[in-house]
Amino acid sequence: MIGIEHYITVSSVLFVLGVLGIFLNRKNVIVILMAIELILLAGNINLVAFSAFLGDLTGQVFAMFVLTLAAGEAAIGLAILVIYFRGRGTIAVDDVNQMKG
Amino acid sequence: MIHVFAFYLFAAITIASALLVIFARNPVHSVLWLILAFFNAAGLMVLVGAEFIAMLLVIVYVGAVAVLFLFVVMMLDIDFAELRAGFVRNVPLGLLVAVILAIELFVGVVAHSAGKAALGTPDGSGAASLGASNIKAIGVLLYSRYLFLFEAAGIILLVAMIGAIVLTHRTRKNTRPQNVSDQIARRPDEATVNTQPEVGQGVQL
Repeated sequence: MIGIEHYITVSSVLFVLGVLGIFLNRKNVIVILMAIELILLAGNINLVAFSAFLGDLTGQVFAMFVLTLAAGEAAIGLAILVIYFRGRGTIAVDDVNQMKG
Repeated sequence: MIHVFAFYLFAAITIASALLVIFARNPVHSVLWLILAFFNAAGLMVLVGAEFIAMLLVIVYVGAVAVLFLFVVMMLDIDFAELRAGFVRNVPLGLLVAVILAIELFVGVVAHSAGKAALGTPDGSGAASLGASNIKAIGVLLYSRYLFLFEAAGIILLVAMIGAIVLTHRTRKNTRPQNVSDQIARRPDEATVNTQPEVGQGVQL
C-alpha cells in the first residue's frame, strides 16, 4: 500500500538531488536553474501529497502558485542569462564579481 | 496492486531522470531529462487524484518552461566542456551538503511514521465538494477563497513578462526599421518636387 511516506521520500530525494545539482554545476547557470526547478517540483509533490492525504484542496491551490513563481523565475533567470552572455560571451557564473558584492 | 506498480514506476523514473539532469554532460540532454522528470511527476500527481496540477505540470513546465530552457541552451554559443572544469572539485562539498540534507529529511520521515506531531485537523473549508471533479473543486476554491492570491499570481506573471522583455530588448544600430511617426507626418507638398532638367543633365535631388 502506498502511503504519504512514499511520496515524502520521493520528494526528499528530488530535493536533495536539486541541491546537489546546484553545488556540482557551480559554473553552469543553466543547470543551476534546472536544479532549482527540481527543488520546486519536490515542493509541489509534497504539497499535492499532503493535500490528498488531508482531503484538503488548499495544498493543490498553493502548488499552482508555486508553479506560477517557478515559471516567472525561469523567464527572468533566462533573460538575465541571455544579457549576461551578450556582455561577457560566457555563462561561467562562479567568477561573477563585477558588482563587487 | 496496479497502484503500487504505477507509483514505483513513476517514482523510479522521476528520480533517475533527476539524477541525469544534474549529471548529463550536455545541457540539451539535461533539459530533455528534465522534461521526462516532469512527466513522471505529473503521473505521481494523477495517482493521488490531483489531475489539475498534473495537467498544469505538463502544459506549463513541459510546454513552456522546458521549451524556454531548450531555446536558450541552443541559442547561446556556449563552451560546455569549459563549464564542467570544476565539476570534480565541487563534489566533496556538494556531497556533504546533500548527505546532511538527506539525513535530515530521512529523520523527519522516520519521526513522522513513529507518531506524527498533532498540528490540528483540516477544518473542512478546503475540502472538495461531493461529486465535483478535481478541476471544478479547485476552480471554486480559487475564485472564492483565494481570489486575491490568484490575482496576485497574475500580476507576478505580468511583471515577469515585462521584466524579461525589458531585460533582453535592445535597439539595433545597423538596421533601418520603419519610422511610423515620420511616415504619418509626411505631407504631399514636401514629399514631391517638380523639376525641369535640361537634356543630358541629371536631376539633383
